[in-house]
Amino acid sequence: MPTTMRINGKVFQSHSAPTARLLDVLRNDCHLKGTKEGCGEGECGACAVLVNGKLVNSCLVPLGQMERAEITTVEGLPEDSALARAFVRCGATQCGICTPGMMLAATALLAEHAHPTLEEIRWGLSGNLCRCTGYGRIYAAIAQAAGGPADV
Amino acid sequence: MSEWTRPRHLPEALEILAAAPGRYRVISGGTDLMVERHLAPERRPDAWLDISGLWELQGLQITEEGLRIGAATSLEAIRRHAEVAAHWPMLAASAAVTGAPPIQNRATLGGNLCNASPAADNAPVLLAYGARLEIVHHHGTRWLPYADFHQGYRKTALQAGELLGAVWIPYPPPRSRGYFRKVGTRAAQAIAKVSIAALIEAEREGMIQCARFGMASVAAVPCALPSVSQYLAGRAVRDIAEAPVRRGVRQDIAPVKDIRSTAAYRLEIASRLVLEAIDPRAARKKEDGV
Ligand SMILES: Cc1cc2nc3c(=O)[nH]c(=O)nc-3n(C[C@H](O)[C@H](O)[C@H](O)COP(=O)(O)OP(=O)(O)OC[C@H]3O[C@@H](n4cnc5c(N)ncnc54)[C@H](O)[C@@H]3O)c2cc1C
Ligand code: FES
Ligand code: FES
Repeated sequence: MPTTMRINGKVFQSHSAPTARLLDVLRNDCHLKGTKEGCGEGECGACAVLVNGKLVNSCLVPLGQMERAEITTVEGLPEDSALARAFVRCGATQCGICTPGMMLAATALLAEHAHPTLEEIRWGLSGNLCRCTGYGRIYAAIAQAAGGPADV
Repeated sequence: MSEWTRPRHLPEALEILAAAPGRYRVISGGTDLMVERHLAPERRPDAWLDISGLWELQGLQITEEGLRIGAATSLEAIRRHAEVAAHWPMLAASAAVTGAPPIQNRATLGGNLCNASPAADNAPVLLAYGARLEIVHHHGTRWLPYADFHQGYRKTALQAGELLGAVWIPYPPPRSRGYFRKVGTRAAQAIAKVSIAALIEAEREGMIQCARFGMASVAAVPCALPSVSQYLAGRAVRDIAEAPVRRGVRQDIAPVKDIRSTAAYRLEIASRLVLEAIDPRAARKKEDGV
């Protein structure tokens, strides 16, 4: 039985096994390579996507639980947005492996707190690891995208 | 290829389990099982029963005696629930430190208990609150104090064909206060080195009527502290001495040495946390005096 989902607004049917990881379905069946595999164990957030608006690590999600789910990957975020511009302006990306997950964590955070405090930003991103930037620039980008100062 | 079954109703799920006891591996939020599957592919079961579609196991209800939490309710839903924050703040706190947001969005309370890690972060709080479990089977429902659920390292009281249906938590008695702490290495993701919850009921100013504890990562299973509770019952706070509390802690826990810390460190930290839970002001005074 195929699994039918909406991925970035488009209906998609996957014929992979229900035990397949959503991560592999996105990368291999849908060719959406923006979702990265870091640890494969739920620790790093490189594979983070939104499922029905909630941030999840796609390496921990079996396809069998995705029937009729609404999934947003980094490819589904607007190409030009306050968030994307702030990431560029603040230098919040270096090697870029963590960036898709960071953008989705930030999107989930901003949907809930339009003007997050530093504490809320830290919490919202606490499941996403970055080995390059030291986080400060990422926090600054999110604060700036929310219309706040960039010097958090 | 392994089989995947996702029933819509609890009776259907229980019938499937009862018809082939031991055949299915139950999966809920998958945050433990998907990691296990990744780390130990040879242990992949050949049949999965996915309980995430069972509405009967979802959500929180306030009852006359307290709170009922469906076993498949996410930690995120628990953390955000206004009544939980108001009446069971230790549970809101433990849910909030069980992994980072993407974990809490998927992880369920039932999964945390049934996975039966000695470090399970929501276990101490449920022991301290005196929670009861609703365990369901095709042939009916039984009730079990949560304190009797963990029977050995990663061994629970669940029998073949049974599911954890819900967790029931009574209202804390009036004039009681809670204490919850997780001592780890890093705020969110880290596995606890030691965590503790206590519910302390004062009869009148300065007198402890009843004290109930729960600790994780200090034995093969999450455990209560019966000797400490017994020592404290009916005692005036000013008559509580440090030595018997420490003795009780030593009796009640069986800390292990592992990659995260030594047994001696765990015993010391456990004793200090228990002393602080009993009298937070005394502990603070002592720290100030140092
Ligand atoms: C990155 C990461 C960080 C984590 N951090 C923490 C942490 O800080 N603290 C902590 O305590 N845990 C942590 N965990 C572990 C895990 O997230 C929790 O234990 C979670 O609550 C498990 O719930 P689940 O629904 O995902 O369980 P699943 O993986 O679906 O199942 C776990 C076990 O419980 C059984 N089970 C589940 N529900 C039922 C039921 N209703 N009846 C019978 N059996 C059932 C399953 O068969 C399985 O054996 C972390 C995990 C990851 C990947
Ligand atoms: S790859 Fe999924 S969390 Fe690291
Ligand atoms: S930019 Fe390299 S991991 Fe974050």
